[in-house]
Amino acid sequence: MKRSSLLVLAVVVILFAISWILKANQLSATEENYILEAFLITFAAFLTLSVLSFLYKDNPFYKFAEHLFVGVSAAFWMCLGFWSTLVKNLIPRLSEGLSEFFNEPYMPGDYNFFFWIPVILGILLLMRLSKEHGWIARWPLAFIVGTTAGLNFVRYLRSDFIEQISATFVPLLIEWQGVGHFFSNFNLAIDGQFVMMLSNWVIFVGVMCGLIYFFFSKEHTGVFGTASRVGIWILMITFGASFGYTVMGRISLLVGRLTFLFKDWLGLIS
Amino acid sequence: MTYMLRIMLLLVLLAGVSGLAQDQPVADTAAADTATVDPPAPVTNLTGQDRDNDHGHAIELSWTPSVDDLENPAGDRSVMRYRVMMWRPAFAFRVDTLRQMYEMVRNSYKPIRVYKPLVDSALSMVEQGVTSVAQLPFKVQLPADVDMTDVPQDLLRQTLEDTLETMVGQVEVSKDSVKTFRSTFLDSVDALTAAYATYPNNGRWDSIGAEPPGSGNFRHAGSKDEFSPDFLPDHTDLYYRVDAVTIDPDVYAESEIVGPIQSSGQWYNTGRTVVLVSVIIFTIFTILFVQQARGGKELYVRPLAGIEAVDDAIGRATEMGKPILYVLGLGAASDIATIASFTILSRVAKRVAEYQTDLIVPTYDPIVMTVAQEVVKSSYMDAGRPDDYHEDMVYFVTQSQFAYVAAVNGVMLRQLPATNVYMGKFYAESLILAETGALAGSIQIAGTDEIAQIPFFVVACDFTLIGEELYAASAYLGGEPILLGSLKAQDYAKALFVISAIVGFVFLVLHDITGVEWFTNFKEWYRVSD
Repeated sequence: MKRSSLLVLAVVVILFAISWILKANQLSATEENYILEAFLITFAAFLTLSVLSFLYKDNPFYKFAEHLFVGVSAAFWMCLGFWSTLVKNLIPRLSEGLSEFFNEPYMPGDYNFFFWIPVILGILLLMRLSKEHGWIARWPLAFIVGTTAGLNFVRYLRSDFIEQISATFVPLLIEWQGVGHFFSNFNLAIDGQFVMMLSNWVIFVGVMCGLIYFFFSKEHTGVFGTASRVGIWILMITFGASFGYTVMGRISLLVGRLTFLFKDWLGLIS
Repeated sequence: MTYMLRIMLLLVLLAGVSGLAQDQPVADTAAADTATVDPPAPVTNLTGQDRDNDHGHAIELSWTPSVDDLENPAGDRSVMRYRVMMWRPAFAFRVDTLRQMYEMVRNSYKPIRVYKPLVDSALSMVEQGVTSVAQLPFKVQLPADVDMTDVPQDLLRQTLEDTLETMVGQVEVSKDSVKTFRSTFLDSVDALTAAYATYPNNGRWDSIGAEPPGSGNFRHAGSKDEFSPDFLPDHTDLYYRVDAVTIDPDVYAESEIVGPIQSSGQWYNTGRTVVLVSVIIFTIFTILFVQQARGGKELYVRPLAGIEAVDDAIGRATEMGKPILYVLGLGAASDIATIASFTILSRVAKRVAEYQTDLIVPTYDPIVMTVAQEVVKSSYMDAGRPDDYHEDMVYFVTQSQFAYVAAVNGVMLRQLPATNVYMGKFYAESLILAETGALAGSIQIAGTDEIAQIPFFVVACDFTLIGEELYAASAYLGGEPILLGSLKAQDYAKALFVISAIVGFVFLVLHDITGVEWFTNFKEWYRVSD
């Protein structure tokens, strides 16, 4: 390790220790386990700063935070899956003996033969560990992909197709009483005739042109090409609005993190 | 002193006067209110029936509002709400109690593994020489004459072992209680139908909901889960009435009783016929075009810039001697976007094998990892380089969203891949990945059907496949008749969409011009019920 790296590490360790001591001193009046509490807050702040250090460049502190995060989360999800899905939900419905083994109350009324199907599929998935019988693992994969695709087919056809057709049926002429009446009562009020009609026209034209952009089996030339270009413009305007909206949401996440640093850790804001 | 006494006297007087001033009128107002409320007219024409097109366990009631409804200017306007009442046998209330007791017993049950580590830790402390009860992790019951700060080691050990034995016994009793309560409860649920049949004996009316003034219907949507407090048994005689309630809840008018009504499930939901018709039409299109493609007919797919760029990007990586990073997103193996991504991965892996470039595929889902390994392995075999394939190319990271992102970001900055390909389902991590890739100077090609994430890829990537282009890309690259046929079928479905929308538009214009209501029915054909 380079001398400069050692120096940086030593500074960080000293700063961490000072922060821990100061925080513990601050919490001692209100918290029972103030030493542990102070350590957790200081460690959380250290990890936050380590992750943010990635903005400068990849460094050992970021690597430490990354590996800790990945390792802890992988182990956490594995344990959660095992204890909450297998032990808590499956085993009490299948076997009294196994329930006894895992100290879970057996549910006699809940026994259902069909619960054995996921068990068998799960065991088949593990067959890929065997070089000779690894091919069997493809069966449960085919089952998972096939059944979900089949179920999603009907779901998407309904939500993304039929209900969208219905939603596109908007009246393009609202309270229409002739051209003369339209112009004599023309105004730009949000609930006025012109704005509402314009809004419906944008929906109608936007959907039509957007759909034309997503035609893949026809060349986009001539009128078709023009409509397709209008479609992509409408898509891009929509994406721009969506981008701005989401960025605002992300800023609120940043504010949350900064609040932690300045309020919970440093105590600079109340 | 005199001054203080005066002030106190004044305060006492003020308190007395204000108390009198408050007490008297309130009592009068309350008396006046109850005195002025007369019983209203009841609701009429109460009918009830099983809710159609559902899985059962639901009843629909409808009625004509009371003449004295708040919304009816012609009446007294004294009805403030409609209280929906259901007759329930006393046995049903006992089943409710049993359900609560079962939940309580089940929730209080803790397996011995929760207690055992505590006792084990206490035992190990005793073995290490701890003799004070206060230092142990829990309170231990000892004879009164024993000095709690200096307990003999043998006595402490024996007490702890006895405690563990008692705990094991209590856990066994608790486990048996769970079993007993559960089976007793389920037997009771089976007997509910017979209990409801005893109407009108041994039961009482129970409020199950309320509707505001002016309303004339109510849906009693029960649960099919016996363990839910809202469980409503099917094929059981149920009786309802609706009370028109005034501002005073004790002053109300009861309707006629409607019943017996039974709920039941239906095999076919007529409200979803349009979905069935669409599935049939789409399936016919798909079969037709797949057959055409298999018969050798050339099905045109327009070029997609993002996919055209894949080959160039692989070539660039080969020239630079750097790897290619392929991210499948956070989707499950069954997500359509992930399935499409597998096809693209197959093509990328084949090219990578041909060019002998490195490929890195970090995955979020273990099943996706398994499928991706199979896909990459097959591609290497197709390219005639099975020996170059090694399983570490495709590896599992974690199933935590941001931990996965942190790991992939680390790969980007440490291994500096020449090309990053993001295809599949992405959520909040899309911009973090794409920005880091841009920072690392990689060529980036992305594709997702998550509408909210497309803008981020458009901003930060060199090429982006928007929504359905991702599915088209898999057909374009794969060139298989099934994929090409289904792509063509999708185009025809979209054409039907456009035609339907135009017809709908024309009908609505005709409705505006002619005033004929029939033209608005077109929209109803596409309405799908729940």
